[in-house]
Amino acid sequence: MTAISSYARALAAASGTAVPTATVRHVHLAARPLILVPLAMAGEANAPLAAMVGTERERPELLVVPQPRNRDLRFAFAARLAEIFLPYVLGFAADIEELTNGPRTVDAPQLIVPNQAGVAFVRLFGRSTRFRTTTGDYAVEPSVPLLGRWLTFFAERAEVPGSSLMPAATEMLSLHWATGQSALEDANLAALMGWIDPPAGADGPAAARLAEDPRHCPPAGPTTDPGFDNEVLAPAIAAYDAVTDPSQLPDAVKRLEEALHSQLQPTWDLVWRALDRLRVLPGGASVPGRWEVDRSRYTGFHTYMIEEGLPQARRDGAVAAARRLNRMERAQASYDAERAFDDPLVMADHRVTGEAFLGSVVAVDRDRRVPNGRGKGRLVTRPLVTLRTEDPVRLALGMKVVATRRRRQECVVTALEPCDAGILVTLEAQNGMGRSAAPAPGSVPEVGESLCYSSVLADGVRSATMPEAEDTPWTHGGPPQPYEPSEQDTAEAWE
Amino acid sequence: MHPGESVQDRTESRLDRIRGSAPPRRHDARTIAALTRNPGCARRGVLDAAGVDKDLLARQVGFPAAFGQSRFAIVRGNVFEARVKADGCVDLLRMFHECLGSEPGGTEPGGTAAGEPLLVTGDAEPDETLAARHERTVAALRTASGTDRPVLITHPLLRLAVGGQDVHLEPDLVLVRPGGLFHVVEIKSFPVIDGQAEGEKVAAAAIQAAVYVLALRRLLGRPDAVSHDVVLVCPRDFSNAPMATRIDVRRQLLVLDHQLARLSAVDALVAALPPDLTFDLAPGPDGRPTRPAAELAAGLSRLDARYTPDCLSMCELAFRCRHEAAGRTAALGPSVREELGGVETVAEVLELAAGTRAPTADQAEAADRLRTTARMYAAGLAAGPATEHAAGDRGPTP
Repeated sequence: MTAISSYARALAAASGTAVPTATVRHVHLAARPLILVPLAMAGEANAPLAAMVGTERERPELLVVPQPRNRDLRFAFAARLAEIFLPYVLGFAADIEELTNGPRTVDAPQLIVPNQAGVAFVRLFGRSTRFRTTTGDYAVEPSVPLLGRWLTFFAERAEVPGSSLMPAATEMLSLHWATGQSALEDANLAALMGWIDPPAGADGPAAARLAEDPRHCPPAGPTTDPGFDNEVLAPAIAAYDAVTDPSQLPDAVKRLEEALHSQLQPTWDLVWRALDRLRVLPGGASVPGRWEVDRSRYTGFHTYMIEEGLPQARRDGAVAAARRLNRMERAQASYDAERAFDDPLVMADHRVTGEAFLGSVVAVDRDRRVPNGRGKGRLVTRPLVTLRTEDPVRLALGMKVVATRRRRQECVVTALEPCDAGILVTLEAQNGMGRSAAPAPGSVPEVGESLCYSSVLADGVRSATMPEAEDTPWTHGGPPQPYEPSEQDTAEAWE
Repeated sequence: MHPGESVQDRTESRLDRIRGSAPPRRHDARTIAALTRNPGCARRGVLDAAGVDKDLLARQVGFPAAFGQSRFAIVRGNVFEARVKADGCVDLLRMFHECLGSEPGGTEPGGTAAGEPLLVTGDAEPDETLAARHERTVAALRTASGTDRPVLITHPLLRLAVGGQDVHLEPDLVLVRPGGLFHVVEIKSFPVIDGQAEGEKVAAAAIQAAVYVLALRRLLGRPDAVSHDVVLVCPRDFSNAPMATRIDVRRQLLVLDHQLARLSAVDALVAALPPDLTFDLAPGPDGRPTRPAAELAAGLSRLDARYTPDCLSMCELAFRCRHEAAGRTAALGPSVREELGGVETVAEVLELAAGTRAPTADQAEAADRLRTTARMYAAGLAAGPATEHAAGDRGPTP
């Protein structure tokens, strides 16, 4: 929790309605996302029970596993999901733009799940399907392992900060609004939406309490309400199991479908309502840039699937894991910085902690030139800008800062001195002034200008160089074994 | 107080009064484990010590808990345990051998030479009293440490003193290695996928197993005879095939030891309560509680609760406590409360932030920060493109 989001929670608790913690939208919303609301059977290891899936609000597709303990039916479910999922995902691959460093699709698929547990379901379902074989014993439909590999790809991207390939509705909402309840309670999509968009005549707390009652509002899954399991689902599954006459099977399935539909439809509607709320917000300036990265990753994985297509490893090797961690840290740093530069309300957080400040320019030494430090008596242009601020600045001399409105110009803090009711911060501009000796017009701030400088920048994370995977030292388990499909992969889920 | 009555007896009779006519709900490994989370809650401490049925109490005061277990989960748990124990546990023993390895002393968990394990069942027999069953367990445990074959005791009945009361506990399995070293075995039905399981579930299983280790150590009177390495048996990946994992519970044992020692503090808590306080639900002829909710609620207000949002997942009274905590910063979560400078109520926070309330000496620093935060929040909101305000910094230029 940050100072701003905590204060916002206090405001929300007092007013009974959610308050904004962002003024722009920080996630990309696709024009035609694929929504997936999965349900799993309690107690089992990621056994799919049902799913509502589709790209059209009015026409969701309902998939049901009549007996989730039956492995054949589980993989039949996977095959049906693949029928919807794969055409959607692969449909973005044809439209390509050529860039200097290779092709990139002009758009990418976006999979949206209700909550973080939905992301975990996709990850595990990808794990349980991506190693399946399509021949021999325990064969599955050819689409099933493909589905598994793609789901795994989406789940891995979902861990990367700033990626919008598979966002969870609850996470997107929490990024933009603070409620008057705890983060733990915010994990309930219905309760969260109760605060953000309460039904007419109710306030946030009342709507959230109502949303927590499983009889009034089924949980957003994948775990189902135990009461529903015991009273409705168990008898319906038992009835399905008891069918001996094949002509009665459709009726038994229909009963299950109706029961599960009642559990899924409310969450389906909530996810779409959440998207409505998010679409109203104007997009942040750096959102398209992050979506470009997502498009590149999608293009790259699509190419990999055509050229090699082996399933992702069960666990990363040491080098791959270290690289991945490093990539995530970098992504986090740049995501944090970009969001703050896009959004003054996110920047407010850094201003509270003193990592950023808003000040007005009181003095400028525009034509200052200093030796470049590399000998030969060359001089470089290094203007000094002094700002007065009342913010609680906590910067150190030598720190790099950038202004929100002058993002191409890096400055270094050269002096900090208290003055009446505030602090005088002197910055030395390093670049972004053109090539000639005198700074280009407008490239140096002017007296009277109001600027917000931040030291939270994207380039904060450095890493040591990693050895190649085949040079992994023995301390880290030695070089990883290359993946080879084995009997064990396919037998495991049928034991 | 009658002459000769000890503090313990007095507390015991007070706790009986607090519980009323209902039979006491005794602790089990789960509730003891729960004590290690939020140990500072006096309400839970007293009600648990008295053995009050918190679920029924919560219902009667109008805040029923949302705990329920799905039939599917119960079935899966039973099926898995039966499968693990099938075939005389030979398979299980092989897994123990793999995950525990052999000790420097040369004792093999699989008992290479001796072959098959000796199975002793500690499960309840018809018409057996708890005391008799416990005696049988004690005898079995003592005999087991003397044999040269590995011994597996299923569902032994252990006893542990918690807050001055004996609590009966039933581990799934206890393994006794030929050298006389005991291992607690827990069978859980959550999966271990590619060597990883859900952290929260593993943590809960570890602390539960630690309760059994502690009970076994106290029962045998020889702490070094019971290993701090417990064995967790779970389904592997997406299958029903079991796999065993060794877990070191030394840390959990320390926490438990500490918490159980603290439980004696119930004496002091109870002594401070009005003598006529009771949560007797006064069941009518049909067994339904007849005690007015208002009376019970008034009683609850005499017991200080320390509510945190975590309580929602582990305490039957959490909804009631959350209701009471409305308007308090603690209800928003511990980290939010901390960010707000530890100020008690939301109203105070907002008044300090607005500068309409004079801070106390120890609130000065928090108030300063809250005022800054409020100013920054308002400025940030006003500067965003979503509003009509155009003052100040409007963010990046394209």
